[in-house]
Amino acid sequence: MSPLLIYVLLSIVKVAVVTVVLLMCVAYTVLLERKVVGRIQNRFGPSRVGPFGLMQPMADGLKLFLKEDIMPLSVYRPLYILAPVIALACALLSIAVVPFGANIQYRGIDLFQIADLNIGLLVILGVTSVGVYGIALSGWSSNNKYSLLGALRSSAQMVSYELALGLSLVGVVIRAGSLRLRDIVDIQATHGILSWNVFGGFQIVAFFIYLIAAYAETNRAPFDLVEAESELTGGYHTEYSSMKFAMFFMAEYANMITVGCVATLLFFGGWSSPFGHLLPEPHSIFLRAVLPLFWFVIKVFFFVFLYIWVRGTTPRFRYDQLMGFGWKFLVPLSIANIIVAALIYAPR
Amino acid sequence: MAFGMYLVIFFIFGALCIAGALNMLLQRHPINSALSLIVVMTSLAVLYLLLGAEFLAAAQVIVYSGAVMVLFTFVIMLLNAGEEERTRGSRAAYIVGFPGVAALLGLLTYIFLSVRMPLGNAQLGGGTLVTTSDLSRVLFRDLLLPFEVTSVLILVAILGAVALARKEP
Amino acid sequence: MLVPIAYYLVLSAILFSIGVAAFLIKRNIITVFMSIELMLNAVNLTFVAFAHRWHQVSGQIFVFFVMVVAAAEAAVGLAIIIAIFRTRNTLNVDQVNLMKL
Repeated sequence: MSPLLIYVLLSIVKVAVVTVVLLMCVAYTVLLERKVVGRIQNRFGPSRVGPFGLMQPMADGLKLFLKEDIMPLSVYRPLYILAPVIALACALLSIAVVPFGANIQYRGIDLFQIADLNIGLLVILGVTSVGVYGIALSGWSSNNKYSLLGALRSSAQMVSYELALGLSLVGVVIRAGSLRLRDIVDIQATHGILSWNVFGGFQIVAFFIYLIAAYAETNRAPFDLVEAESELTGGYHTEYSSMKFAMFFMAEYANMITVGCVATLLFFGGWSSPFGHLLPEPHSIFLRAVLPLFWFVIKVFFFVFLYIWVRGTTPRFRYDQLMGFGWKFLVPLSIANIIVAALIYAPR
Repeated sequence: MAFGMYLVIFFIFGALCIAGALNMLLQRHPINSALSLIVVMTSLAVLYLLLGAEFLAAAQVIVYSGAVMVLFTFVIMLLNAGEEERTRGSRAAYIVGFPGVAALLGLLTYIFLSVRMPLGNAQLGGGTLVTTSDLSRVLFRDLLLPFEVTSVLILVAILGAVALARKEP
Repeated sequence: MLVPIAYYLVLSAILFSIGVAAFLIKRNIITVFMSIELMLNAVNLTFVAFAHRWHQVSGQIFVFFVMVVAAAEAAVGLAIIIAIFRTRNTLNVDQVNLMKL
């Protein structure tokens, strides 16, 4: 077996495992959201379909699959079908550069990261930028004035907050000296919780900017004016039904999970444990592989829970307040953060 | 790596670039032209990766595919640009344009293929990858003045765009 | 089997010629503007190919500046197009040939 063949086969296995796990997580994140928002609103979420409602995603998936796929006559067909594909593809793509666990290698191939690129962070930003097309084209092709307005507003919001998102990551890059995600995590794995970027790396302001910009990027939580049911009759996915609507839905939750993964990598030390060097390094290779993965999953779960918590408790921003906040407050604040980070790390 | 893999990737993405550019030329509705151009820009990013320019590939996707073309798409959607009509001017352009462009293409291709041997091949691996730190080292030390002037240029462009697109009260 | 640099240059020449053809033939202002972006991208590919050949980073930095200038130009050009559309209500280049409205 030549090394190339092993590399290709292992990559296919990694991609398959990550995609399946991500889609299962998306399905159960929907359930988690419904239950948590339900408890915040003093009621139970779905609780009948299985024990504690755990089979609800199966029922939802079956329903969306079997619904009638209505395509209005006056939509522009090629783009109408292409837009949810773009949205879902971009949502599932950024997970390819995320390192889930420690650098365990099998014959020189990294087992816990699909693609180890030198510019991993820029790939995530680039895929987020291309994801805007899914929404813009869906609104335009629906041939419906509410969809078009919702899509234009949503695209303008995403493009504006992309700027604050990108700028808030520069402080992290200054500390790590590299755009490679493994390097960024390795810098934070030295002294446990104190060397995480959010505490020891003095990036707490950048963390909050990133969090707010990510909420706006994924059209969620207090920035979901463009897709809320009570505004604009549903925004850019008004005319979509069954599988295409499911694709937009899945794209939104997959984006949430990706944002959570990136936030843990950049600000919370990725797969490193908060105890750092206080605990001895385990001897068995199984524990050394699984324990970092466990910490990573716990942190991503915390972020997803934070997303849902903010959604259940905050009111919506009005559109002009939203744009003013992004341009007039977040962008200058993130530039100030870059200056402060440069001053802190310049003596090195 | 396997025999001829770089050549295969170059031909696939080069063919995608040319197909996208021809599609941009031949489509009547501007939104189709815009989408074809996005395909061209993303394929060019892959070609930059083949030439060892990793930061430029990422910048091409982020700046061109993800910002400039979004701007074009917005304007096409806002102005509700419809399909093009054939007018008198376009017929004259067909008669003059195509031979001129063919002459230009023929001349350039002849020149490039005649220096094919001295130019050599695109090497990969080793020291031919230009990392972001190499790029930034030259950009922020030797070429700092053009960098600062570019930021003034962007400021002027922002002011110009806001002033031009503002609605008269 | 490696790719000769001349192939990249020929591809860039083809893209540039298609850009020139689209510039001359198309009648919609926005499409004409997009063909200018295509020409700029073709030139970027030439710069990166030569930067690779002669191991000079300045070729890639030139591409960086071309990208910045093209983005700024796209912003201002599209603002002008919007202003033209507001006054003349057409996007056809043959119909904006007089200073009089």
